[in-house]
Amino acid sequence: MELIFFGLAALALISGVLVVFQTHPLRSALWLIVNFFAVAGIYLLLHAEFIAAIQIIVYAGAIMVLFLFVIMLLNLREPEAPTKTPYSAQKVAGFMASVAAAFFIAYGLSRVQLAPGPAAVPGLGNTESIAKLLFTDYLLPFEVTSVLLLVAIVGAVVLSKKKLQ
Amino acid sequence: MVVPLPYVLGLSVALFALGAIGVLIRRNILIILMCLEMMLNAVNLAFIAFADHFKAVDGQMFVFFVLTVAAAEVAVGLALVVAIFRQRATVYVDDLNILKW
Repeated sequence: MELIFFGLAALALISGVLVVFQTHPLRSALWLIVNFFAVAGIYLLLHAEFIAAIQIIVYAGAIMVLFLFVIMLLNLREPEAPTKTPYSAQKVAGFMASVAAAFFIAYGLSRVQLAPGPAAVPGLGNTESIAKLLFTDYLLPFEVTSVLLLVAIVGAVVLSKKKLQ
Repeated sequence: MVVPLPYVLGLSVALFALGAIGVLIRRNILIILMCLEMMLNAVNLAFIAFADHFKAVDGQMFVFFVLTVAAAEVAVGLALVVAIFRQRATVYVDDLNILKW
């Protein structure tokens, strides 16, 4: 079990590094799909079958198709031109800040004393248990989500109109 | 049949930092958006790990909502990218300095 986890984690990290350091956005997008699949595999190991399926359908399917569609629409053929200042102070500062933030988060997490969790519950994370909770305790957030999606649709339509006033 | 919680959290932190690096150092706005997706995904991984540790489905509910927000964000964000490209013919953030003082 841990061997599978380490394999998937290595795949996720390597593809993540490749997403960040590709010159062409199309290649980044394709590596991001690999990253999403690896993370979905880890969700399966963590008993989140429904979320793993949703991850592949929504992230690797819908969102990445949207990305690829826009990349093709903008017709970005040539790779990114090299900058005049490849190692500017901003970039170095951004890199250091990210690494420092990661260390802070890791340190904070390592200080937490976690009680050992309860014993395994059969059927945790399957569609039935998620649906039961979604339509009882989380009904209001679920409905608010639909409003959020409506706003996103209206926003996308307005932004892609021919003339922006 | 259990993956230790610290391993998953470590992977989550690493992916989050990787996404943050991408957001801060890349110039291409499309790659910045993709790295943002990766950061959201890392947070989802932490939620799932804790949901598995405490045997509660509530963490997976939050992943569901984060996913919805991510989808809405990408739809609006990419519409903005296309609108900016139509106006300025660029996808590089250092060319978009009209608000810079």
